[in-house]
Amino acid sequence: MSDLEAFRAQTREWLEANCPPEMRKPVRDEDDVYWGGRNATFKNDAQKAWFETCRDKGYTVPEWPKEYGGAGLSPAEGKILRQEMSRIGARPPLSSFGIWMLGPALLHFGTEGQKKRFLNEVARGEIRWCQGYSEPGSGSDLVSMQTFGEDKGDHWVVNGQKIWTSYADEADWIFCLVRTDKQNKYQGITFMLFDMAGEGVSTKPIKLISGNSPFCETFFDDVRVPKSYGEDCPGYVGEINRGWDVAKYLLGHEREMISGAGGGDRTAAIGAAMKRNAGELDPVLRAELAQFDVDALAYTAMGEKFLDELKVGKAHPAQPNMMKYAGTELNKRRHELMMAAGGSRALEWESEDTGGGKPSRNWLRTKANSIEGGTSEVMLNVISKRILDLPGA
Amino acid sequence: MPLYYDDDQTMLAETAQAFMAEEGAIAKQLRHWRDRDCKDGFGHALWKQFAEMGFTGMLVGEDDGGLGMGHVEAGIVLENIGRNLTPSPFLASSVLAVTALKHGSDDLRGRWLPGLIEGESIYTVAIDEGAKHRPDTIKTKAEKSGNGFKLTGQKDFVLHGASSDMMVVAARTSGSDDDADGITLFAVPKDAANMSHDAVRLVDSSMATHTKFDGVELDGDAVIGEVDGGREVLNAMLMAGRVGAAAEGVGVASGAMDMTVEYLKQRKQFGKLIGEFQALQHRAAHLYSEVEIARAVTIKAAQLLDGGSEKADLMASVAKAKVAKAAGLAVKEGVQMHGGIGMTDEYDIGLYMKRDRALQEFLGDQYYHAGRVAEMSGY
Ligand SMILES: Cc1cc2nc3c(=O)[nH]c(=O)nc-3n(C[C@H](O)[C@H](O)[C@H](O)COP(=O)(O)OP(=O)(O)OC[C@H]3O[C@@H](n4cnc5c(N)ncnc54)[C@H](O)[C@@H]3O)c2cc1C
Repeated sequence: MSDLEAFRAQTREWLEANCPPEMRKPVRDEDDVYWGGRNATFKNDAQKAWFETCRDKGYTVPEWPKEYGGAGLSPAEGKILRQEMSRIGARPPLSSFGIWMLGPALLHFGTEGQKKRFLNEVARGEIRWCQGYSEPGSGSDLVSMQTFGEDKGDHWVVNGQKIWTSYADEADWIFCLVRTDKQNKYQGITFMLFDMAGEGVSTKPIKLISGNSPFCETFFDDVRVPKSYGEDCPGYVGEINRGWDVAKYLLGHEREMISGAGGGDRTAAIGAAMKRNAGELDPVLRAELAQFDVDALAYTAMGEKFLDELKVGKAHPAQPNMMKYAGTELNKRRHELMMAAGGSRALEWESEDTGGGKPSRNWLRTKANSIEGGTSEVMLNVISKRILDLPGA
Repeated sequence: MPLYYDDDQTMLAETAQAFMAEEGAIAKQLRHWRDRDCKDGFGHALWKQFAEMGFTGMLVGEDDGGLGMGHVEAGIVLENIGRNLTPSPFLASSVLAVTALKHGSDDLRGRWLPGLIEGESIYTVAIDEGAKHRPDTIKTKAEKSGNGFKLTGQKDFVLHGASSDMMVVAARTSGSDDDADGITLFAVPKDAANMSHDAVRLVDSSMATHTKFDGVELDGDAVIGEVDGGREVLNAMLMAGRVGAAAEGVGVASGAMDMTVEYLKQRKQFGKLIGEFQALQHRAAHLYSEVEIARAVTIKAAQLLDGGSEKADLMASVAKAKVAKAAGLAVKEGVQMHGGIGMTDEYDIGLYMKRDRALQEFLGDQYYHAGRVAEMSGY
């Protein structure tokens, strides 16, 4: 048996022994997954047990080095773990912006001191992060952002406003783009890290069309951000005024994550499940579902290829934009078809039968997929420019 | 007949537009009732105003005290309802129920029509059984019992069923579930014994019921039209309802489109109005084309229906399917082109998306109707 085969066998056995049956059910609600943080609570004992077991084994972030809270798995081992988890439908033990976004940025740009502290906190689910990028006047044109940090020697005083900050009201810390040089557009932004509990930070939830309120307006009123949190642990990532490089790097990871390239619910074929739930399907709807399944199964292969290549540095650096575009458009279509197959029952907004309107609320939520993390239009612009090298793009 | 509004219709369109923009506005009706968790899902005062405007009985014949107008005119009102997302029982009461009642006896019409014309009463129709629209299969049974009938079964997606004074129920009086014949329509009053409603709020904040008939006793004079001959009435009702729903959908599509085009002229990114980006210009222009085509086929279907044409059934399905596609596009493009703000509850574009979803499903979605077009075209 090769090492990898042995690893697969061990992993299968370990999952069998450690993943509670309740944690092998599809994720229906955001709180079906544990998000960590100072104020976090577990939905049930199974969720707690699953999280703690994984945390202790480094499986909340399996491919991060062991000294930062991971399990130090190789890309090949990481893939096997993902495959084995998806085989039994295991839920992720921990979800967070720290894992998807800040972590990769710190692994790439962070100092040893930052990695030791912040990555471990993320891996152990102790600190929950949010992302402070967008501003009312700066969405697609992110680099025009205005939130300003005045240099006061050993700290900055930050003033301004962010918007659409997901979970800002539940997060402990924020990674935030702050302008530190007004003269220099691209090289005048610093990628700061600070505690949301600090003086001068306030949040105001914004209600989504799905009825939930997971994002906020975030205000900074004379917020003091230290330049250092101790030895080898700066309060910013990368260099001062070079935060745009970090931001762009991180966006690549965000896009990869939103793309659903790793497989799972977002891209799976649905036709058979729709027939099971809805009974006989109208022939034209059946044909639509079949077309969707073709695209979904093909996209799943693309996701596998993309991740395999990405891990060994073979993917085009702008490829995450294509994945994000294709994956999110697919996910929106998926929910359109699920609504159609669900019929009038799926329209119910509050009923018990629909678990409080899950089908329609989830359907509405997917409409943000092609907006958050950069819109589809921006993705297409980037592909035109950076991959196709089209004139004037 | 030219495929544009004649002078009277143009006048009606102007009146309806002004009235609905003022009285039926989103803030005044949809949000108002939604935010108060209204159990009807619409305002009765507005229904009264509809009556004063002559809308409630516009399809009712003049002999019965109505205005004797046609489906083009009803479509004009519905398009403005759609544009303003105005919640009202108009489609179910004044289009669907009225179409059925037109086939009813003098007594039946005398009993139900005046209240509707006055804006005192609200009616609905109970057709679907199950989550998808499959009117070829009717399982709800009406068995002979004394001089009348006993109704047993369940209906779903009954619009504002719990708030309705009467519902037109399609039931089987003979034959088996899938037979075309053997259907009878009944006017079931609100206070009928052994009828119960499970009322649910839908994604667009409207209310609908799952309604159970557990041996509901009905007089023989509750029958609309002929016993066992209800299929014809049902078909007439469905055609009228589909054309009406299409007209409302055209309004939803244009409302969403106008909001979006307006936003393209206001929002700046990269130092430009986003409407300056050709990528968005072309999509807006494409959307405009689709909405225009959808409106054309909807008016065409309404004219055919008013003219009693054989082609009306086909074109009703074409209209319902085409509008579903155009309005679906309008609301999706609308939310997308608004960016983050399009996902917020505070902003109206998302409300268009929700209303469109419910309207898509009502009386058959685009897949159902595309399938019908294939069948009617012989393949
Ligand atoms: C659910 C959700 C969660 C989010 N979470 C976060 C978060 O945690 N942190 C954070 O910082 N931000 C977050 N965002 C914000 C998100 O990144 C922005 O909404 C997004 O970048 C778009 O910006 P905007 O909303 O200002 O839209 P705009 O940039 O104003 O775009 C409006 C429309 O114009 C189009 N457009 C703009 N420029 C061009 C162009 N050059 N060519 C063609 N079309 C163009 C856009 O594609 C869009 O369709 C979130 C958004 C959503 C919806």
